[in-house]
Amino acid sequence: MAYLLAALGGALGALARWGVAEALPRPGGGWPWATLLVNLSGCLLMGVLLGVLAARDPEPAWARPFLAVGVLGGYTTYSAFAVEVVDLTGAGAVAGALGYVLVSVAGGVLAVAAGIRAVRR
Amino acid sequence: MTPLLVAAGALAGAPLRLLAVRLAGRSGRDPAAATLGVNVAGAAVLGVLLGLHDVPAGVLALVGTGLCGTLTTFSGFGADVVRLVEERTVVRAVGYVAATLVAGLAAAAAGYLLARWGAR
Repeated sequence: MAYLLAALGGALGALARWGVAEALPRPGGGWPWATLLVNLSGCLLMGVLLGVLAARDPEPAWARPFLAVGVLGGYTTYSAFAVEVVDLTGAGAVAGALGYVLVSVAGGVLAVAAGIRAVRR
Repeated sequence: MTPLLVAAGALAGAPLRLLAVRLAGRSGRDPAAATLGVNVAGAAVLGVLLGLHDVPAGVLALVGTGLCGTLTTFSGFGADVVRLVEERTVVRAVGYVAATLVAGLAAAAAGYLLARWGAR
């Protein structure tokens, strides 16, 4: 059952990610706005979800596989982030690549923490 | 057609990631090890896909955006880091971030260069 929920949620999340990428196309060598947007917003929502679930005991059995693993896990992506960093570096935009890594990683981790903090207490 | 292919690839990606997390748990590993594994693997496959010439747009949507995009996760990575820090295993958290960046970016670059080289 958990696998089915993850599959369904993953498909919804991936469609949302695809929609954002369609809306914010990346011209060759340009800044990867779409991936950055889905990753940061997905991290913030993940924090909110984890904060909400932490306050529920017991938490609904469907919530983690469907929402955390499926929807938000599928909405955010690491593979696109990785190839974009390689692409920026290959195009000679080393400072841009470093900035993209820093903003994604620090921003993502802080967004999860902020989401948890926002719903806690 | 493209969204259908994206969704089809995603249908496989998220359950595969869940399977990895469960296998890690069963063998007594931290779930972050599973996230690291799928992120590195997905980055390598996407690198190969983008390094090849003349990959049909449908394959890119199915395997790239759908499967690799969904198998890998950034929110799961962020949540792992926050959990490791909250568990006061800060050294592990730093090591996890470093491993994700070094191994993941190297995998993407290696996949891309290998495919480029092979496609010549």
